[in-house]
Amino acid sequence: MKIAILDYDVGNLRSVSKALEYVGARTVITKNPDEASAADALILPGVGAFRDACESFRQSGLEPALRCAVGAGKPVLGICLGMQLLMKDSTEHGLHEGLCLFPASITRFTENSAVDWSALKIPHMGWNSIKLNPKCPLFNGLPDVPFVYFVHSFCVKGAHEWSAATCEYGEEFTAAVWRGNLFGTQFHPEKSGEVGLQILRNFIAISEGRLC
Amino acid sequence: MLTKRIIPCLDIKDGRVVKGVNFVGIRDAGDPVEAAVMYNEAGADELVLLDILASHEGRKTIFDVVSSVAEQVFIPFTVGGGISSLDTMKELLRLGADKISVNSPAVRDPSIISRAADKFGSQCVVVAMDVRRVEGTDDWSVFVNGGRVDTGMDAVRWAVRAAELGAGEILLTSMNTDGAQTGYDIPITRKIADAVPIPIIASGGAGKLRHFAEALTDGRADAALAASLFHDKVMTVRQVKEYLSQNNIPVRIL
Repeated sequence: MKIAILDYDVGNLRSVSKALEYVGARTVITKNPDEASAADALILPGVGAFRDACESFRQSGLEPALRCAVGAGKPVLGICLGMQLLMKDSTEHGLHEGLCLFPASITRFTENSAVDWSALKIPHMGWNSIKLNPKCPLFNGLPDVPFVYFVHSFCVKGAHEWSAATCEYGEEFTAAVWRGNLFGTQFHPEKSGEVGLQILRNFIAISEGRLC
Repeated sequence: MLTKRIIPCLDIKDGRVVKGVNFVGIRDAGDPVEAAVMYNEAGADELVLLDILASHEGRKTIFDVVSSVAEQVFIPFTVGGGISSLDTMKELLRLGADKISVNSPAVRDPSIISRAADKFGSQCVVVAMDVRRVEGTDDWSVFVNGGRVDTGMDAVRWAVRAAELGAGEILLTSMNTDGAQTGYDIPITRKIADAVPIPIIASGGAGKLRHFAEALTDGRADAALAASLFHDKVMTVRQVKEYLSQNNIPVRIL
């Protein structure tokens, strides 16, 4: 079993691969679509700005490999900006289209003027508790109210039928998404201590067909 | 709810943790990786690795330390100490560090803050500042070169400028309180926390449990850092967090 971490020149991929290897996965960081397609599961990481990341991802030639994996029901996990790329679009630096695998827009926290943001710092950075959909296999064996590590200024507002976890910062937002074997986390499991490692163990188990 | 963070700092010299380290039950008391693992297990929210020698020869060892820590500890960590080039930052981030802290080099050339923020994102850039109260006044001055040189710059103005240039966080150490264990410097912590829109890490002076609570409430800091207090096992990270939790300060309890 091998997990491919898609390398499209954004962000620190090493942290993700080190965490996965720590909990027993074999990983490959790859820019090669064939190598990505040959893997049993894919991770779409990402930090930085939506537009740049989306452009880099499209130019990388990895998009067909990702869409193919999603279509075939292979386990796929988007992390942070990687989760945001799975959405319909984002308003970061103008309106930009994402991969449209979930029907939601990414907006800046402060776009909701009904919330008083003056007391809340942006980015939302640090450890926050999340509310889980207990049916989501990615969260198997976690405490009821786990703490995870976030760093982001944009988010999917509100809870949706495909929200696997939600979080509160000024208002409710979606902390994780789930449909079939397609998952995304707005937080960083690779930086969320034991809770994060358990999520990665679950992703490995899902990829090996031991958990569904 | 977003929690307040407790951050142990490892002062590292030639790849070894220094400052009266006396851990029980680990093979090598000065091994930064073992110390990092232990703090992680005790519930530390982040770690700071400070290369206090940061000489040319010393620099290579910190790369190895960063790489090893990143293989075994899966919480965010910051690396600092004498870092003055984007190339060095890039390499440390590539090895697994999450944030880089810059102190004197940022004072000498503030553009390093904006260049680093543009290249790596503000969330990676921590501006560390050492400050001392100007005697008989309500002002604090910024010191560089490990606290040896007074720049005469006003601390609040420097913090505001650093934030404007793209710093993601301020690591504020008061030389008045550092090492005294009589509590964090609340007045300057609060002044800076109120003046900038980015998180403040209070540093210098922790000696008792209540000092952490004071920094995070009266001082309005987002995080509190301590080094020797944890190294010398005066208290554990776990005790601090239990105390804060009992006092209704939101913290991550494992």
